[in-house]
Amino acid sequence: MSPQMIDRLWQAAFDTLFMVGVSAGIAVLAGIPLALFLVTSGLGGIFPAPRANRLVGLVVNGFRAVPFIVLLVALIPFTRLVVGTTIGVWAAIVPLAVSATPFFARIAEVSLREVDPGLIEAAQSIGCRRRHILLHVLLPEALPGIVGGFTITVVSMIGASAVAGAVGAGGLGDVAIRYGYQRFDTTVMSVVIAILIVLVCLVQFTGDTVVRRLRAR
Amino acid sequence: MVGLALDGFGAVSPAASIAVGPQALSAAQTIAGTGGTGTVRFDRVCKTYRSAGGEVRALDDVSLDIPPGAIFGIIGRSGAGKSTLLRTVNRLEEPSSGRVLVDGEPIAALGTDGLVGLRRRIGMIFQHFNLLSAKTVRQNVALPLTVAGVEKREIARRVEEALRLVGLEGKAETYPSRLSGGQKQRVGIARALVSDPEILLCDEATSALDPETTLSILGLLRDINRRLGLTIILITHEMSVIREICTDVVVLEAGKVAEAGPVWRVFGAPEHPATRALLAPLTRDVPDDLAARLRPHSVPGGMAVLRITYSGAMPPDLSALVAATGGAVNLLQAGVERIQGHAVGGMLVAVGGPDAEARLRAIGQDVEGIGYVAADD
Repeated sequence: MSPQMIDRLWQAAFDTLFMVGVSAGIAVLAGIPLALFLVTSGLGGIFPAPRANRLVGLVVNGFRAVPFIVLLVALIPFTRLVVGTTIGVWAAIVPLAVSATPFFARIAEVSLREVDPGLIEAAQSIGCRRRHILLHVLLPEALPGIVGGFTITVVSMIGASAVAGAVGAGGLGDVAIRYGYQRFDTTVMSVVIAILIVLVCLVQFTGDTVVRRLRAR
Repeated sequence: MVGLALDGFGAVSPAASIAVGPQALSAAQTIAGTGGTGTVRFDRVCKTYRSAGGEVRALDDVSLDIPPGAIFGIIGRSGAGKSTLLRTVNRLEEPSSGRVLVDGEPIAALGTDGLVGLRRRIGMIFQHFNLLSAKTVRQNVALPLTVAGVEKREIARRVEEALRLVGLEGKAETYPSRLSGGQKQRVGIARALVSDPEILLCDEATSALDPETTLSILGLLRDINRRLGLTIILITHEMSVIREICTDVVVLEAGKVAEAGPVWRVFGAPEHPATRALLAPLTRDVPDDLAARLRPHSVPGGMAVLRITYSGAMPPDLSALVAATGGAVNLLQAGVERIQGHAVGGMLVAVGGPDAEARLRAIGQDVEGIGYVAADD
């Protein structure tokens, strides 16, 4: 491989990490409140609002139904509105975050639902207000599951970021397609795949370690 | 020990005997003005659930008075409505109709702040402990104070005190998953007591524990009741728990009050079939070998087999038995317990001499003829 190609790979790896990192951060910030809403606003929840709950549930399903490459294109007007451009890394971050948020919210929702209702009852019995229940019961008790779900989200985002090249955002997937596939450069293809495997393994290992530490308590 | 329980009970029984009605309610309201003491009154409480199979009446017109400082037991089979009734006290359940009054104050009217305030005056412990697994013992016990905005040093002091009370001083930094069932329940008790409540609700608090641990937790509850003077309301399906620590008991059957009163009376003279069914594990029946030898009619030279029941009113005076029958008295089987200073239980005796049953009845004994045995048997 030429020195330029090595530079290109470095840049691509950085772009992938940056895109996935920023959108994963957004997915956490938006996804956890969304998951909390989905769990607590149902009938019999601590913030009952069944209609809004159904509506939000539908919207979440809608976003989950759209394949990422389609979402990327369909969101172009929205992306322009938010980041002022439709090409480059930032133009990929918007659809990545929009796609990851409902995905992560659904996974976090499952963990939050598994919190023993007896714990919520106990919290109410000691005079916890609803926000205390979110802060002291639901989130900490569901945390291992949420971290595990976040790991899954990040891994699937690394995969999704491969199509970000469609809006000129670069990244490892883009290099693999343009150099490895279109120019028949098997070495580049192999190196990119190796980097992606290492990346995914690192993410999974880190996630698993954190979950194990949390569960050991 | 018994004397103390009796004193406590004697002091509160007048309040317990106030008939439930409008007059009684106004009396309770005046008590409330003097500050919280830990009384609970259920006034015609009903709870109806709607389920797939139609309406289910979990509570059906329950009226009860729980005096301050009592250890009040609610017993019944599963599905009798015990848990629902207990949960109406801190409004984890809302009654469909009727009122619940705590210290004379109807709690249905409380807004969010009032309800939070009420719950801080009422501790609760659970069958499955319901401790937060992500928090240490210290953080679990501190939570009621943390959310109440109590100052940090004050929290530390009171948590320390609560842990000492339940005998878990050394476990403050441990996570609940590393504790035994009994220790977890002690943490639950410390958490319930840390905000200095006047009422403690126990929801099948010992049902998940082995017999030995059950006794130690019941001992702790009794100790807390004495030292802190707080009212304890506990639900259980085990009569032995009621016998161990309760002063008063109510038997629930299908959402209705089947029987209520001081424990010695309900144990000594159970009137409702539901009470008898619950007492069955604690009562001894006629042993099989004896039952096989029983004859329906008296035999010359034989003996009458009698069951003598002590329901708390009559002391088990054995010499009086012998004197009244004027013949041999053989003790076959006996189980008499002292509950709140009353002798409760019964015995099977084989008695010689004519008309033994009538003679014993004449001296006021509660006698039941079981049959007769021949002398050579």
